[in-house]
Amino acid sequence: MSCHTSPYVSKGLLCLVQFHSVRLLGGKQLEEGVKQHYFCIEKIKMALVFLPALARMAVCGGTHGNELSGVYVVQEMERQWKEKGECAWPIPVTTVLSNPRAVKECRRYIEKDMNRCFNRATLSSPITDSSPYEVLRAHELNNLLGPKGSTDAIDLICDLHNTTANMGLTLIHYTTSDWVTLHICKYLQTKLTKVPVRVLVLDVPISDAYSLESVSKHGFSIEVGPQPHGVVRADIYTIMKEAVDLTIDWIHKFSSGMVFEGGDVEAFRFIKSVDYPRDPETRTLTAAIHPQLQDRDFCLLKRGDPLFLSFSGETVKYEEEEPLHPFFINEAAYYEKEIAFHLGKKMMLTIPSVQVQKD
Amino acid sequence: MSSRTNISCLQEAARVAIFGGTHGNEMSGITLVNMWIQNSAEIERNGLLIKPFISNPRAVEKCSRYIDTDLNRAFTPENLSAPDVEGLPYEVQRAKEINRMFGPKGSADAYDVIFDLHNTTSNMGSTLILESSTDLFNLQMVHYIKKAMAPHTCSVLLNEHPQLKYSTTRSVAKHPVGLEVGPQPQGVLRSNVFESMRTILKHALDFIELFNSGVTFPPCTVDVFRVQERMDYPRDTNGNITAMVHPHLQDCDWEPLNRGDPMFLTFDGRTVLYEGANTVYPTFINEAAYYEKQQAFMTTGREILAANAIRKACK
Repeated sequence: MSCHTSPYVSKGLLCLVQFHSVRLLGGKQLEEGVKQHYFCIEKIKMALVFLPALARMAVCGGTHGNELSGVYVVQEMERQWKEKGECAWPIPVTTVLSNPRAVKECRRYIEKDMNRCFNRATLSSPITDSSPYEVLRAHELNNLLGPKGSTDAIDLICDLHNTTANMGLTLIHYTTSDWVTLHICKYLQTKLTKVPVRVLVLDVPISDAYSLESVSKHGFSIEVGPQPHGVVRADIYTIMKEAVDLTIDWIHKFSSGMVFEGGDVEAFRFIKSVDYPRDPETRTLTAAIHPQLQDRDFCLLKRGDPLFLSFSGETVKYEEEEPLHPFFINEAAYYEKEIAFHLGKKMMLTIPSVQVQKD
Repeated sequence: MSSRTNISCLQEAARVAIFGGTHGNEMSGITLVNMWIQNSAEIERNGLLIKPFISNPRAVEKCSRYIDTDLNRAFTPENLSAPDVEGLPYEVQRAKEINRMFGPKGSADAYDVIFDLHNTTSNMGSTLILESSTDLFNLQMVHYIKKAMAPHTCSVLLNEHPQLKYSTTRSVAKHPVGLEVGPQPQGVLRSNVFESMRTILKHALDFIELFNSGVTFPPCTVDVFRVQERMDYPRDTNGNITAMVHPHLQDCDWEPLNRGDPMFLTFDGRTVLYEGANTVYPTFINEAAYYEKQQAFMTTGREILAANAIRKACK
């Protein structure tokens, strides 16, 4: 059975991670030794895991220059810092405007999508005169908040994004085994009741992880929608601000020694993407997202359900046997990436109770 | 009671153009026009020349609103009479070309009708935009479209304001009509918005065909919203916005805004109230493209316009 480990989980906790994998087998027809492990899972949920403290956190906005909630949340946090100094927040927070040129022009990016520039290959390639602006900036951010994979990296990056898709508040991770960020998700789910709060995992090995939040020891993106690019909606801004404030709140409570009880966190794992129907020669769209799918992110798609409505009136249906959950339905920035929506599988992640490790 | 009905005899509307992509990221019009350029069966009508046309192809290619300057503000007398020199902004060159093809603006040779297809991030639903309160042909057409679309609502925006009126792409024609459908994010194609725009055009072309065939349209009235004022966001000394459209105003296009109603919410949570003396009807609330034009929304007033009966003039 596979064993997922985060490089930042301390040694004594490795055995606990294996229990997670065992649970996926359903606990039936197991060897005696493994049965004992499975029996312990319930105990492990109650047992306490000690994790290192989180000393520093970064809140990044404007990684895509036209996703405005994050831009204005960062701006407002900077104003609070100017006004109150270190009393602004209970823990040290660094605020970053990730892509200032794109923000100035209110564009997703200048030359290259910056949120695809943080994989090891890009970060370790030398900068030349012809390097795209975003690659230069990625190197700068890696120096500021990283280096990625090192012990000097900042403890947590919270990267702020908007989507034109009706995804409510979605917390995006590149790994399933970071209990810090999963506990933050669980905390946000309990505290934020006016908007659906969901967890999305991409399950990418850290060196291949290409987004900004992979630079820090713990990282996740806060994605809020629906909001058109280039627009700031008060309701969406408020949700994002509250999510950031609650994240800071959790870290403060964790650092103060509070125990956070374990349990199950429902998550969606990315499986694959689906493109629009296109004309084979010109590659232009021949259909739009079907009205019965539009705005229904995270619903369950079953065989026969409508996906697209063609301009000539035909319905294109979901043909797969396995029911899956669509998300990022009709995201503006994904037309050029040839993605109409992603499909994901629902799963349960079990996390233990956690408390900060005392020195 | 008069025994004679006053019927205005108007020239036949022989040449009609449908413009998509005046803004290169407003997807409904771009998709419809490209579709009709490939296969025009759906828009063909008896005795009518109908030309679907992509007005700003470079902006469409880039999926951005414009390349150098907003094409839908570029049809000023200065621009249209500018000499053909190098270094002219792309959209000014394009405006001159469109004026040659579909104008000249203000002349007898201009196209009879231009429909200019737009989307907005504002919750305006289906909106028809007129530039004159005395264009009987347009008033009758809009009345016909509204009736045909019912119970789906079509609002009518009248921009006849001496300072706020702008030199639109469609203003090249004798009868300019703007179609604005939202809400839709820039760069996104929503099926319901696409189909609404398609249906509006179908009814519009049906009207023109009927008119050209000699049908008399009786006198009618049209409820319109007349543009009054542009309201900007609160800004700091650097010109950056310091507040957002208030949640109570967001998405409330065409609904009354009264003195004392919430208008903006600052980033640190304070409410700014509307202080105007009269009730207004805001529109274009939180349109993405208008942040740079210093406009959070436009105020309008409700008005009823009357139109005489019309009939095609006999030759």
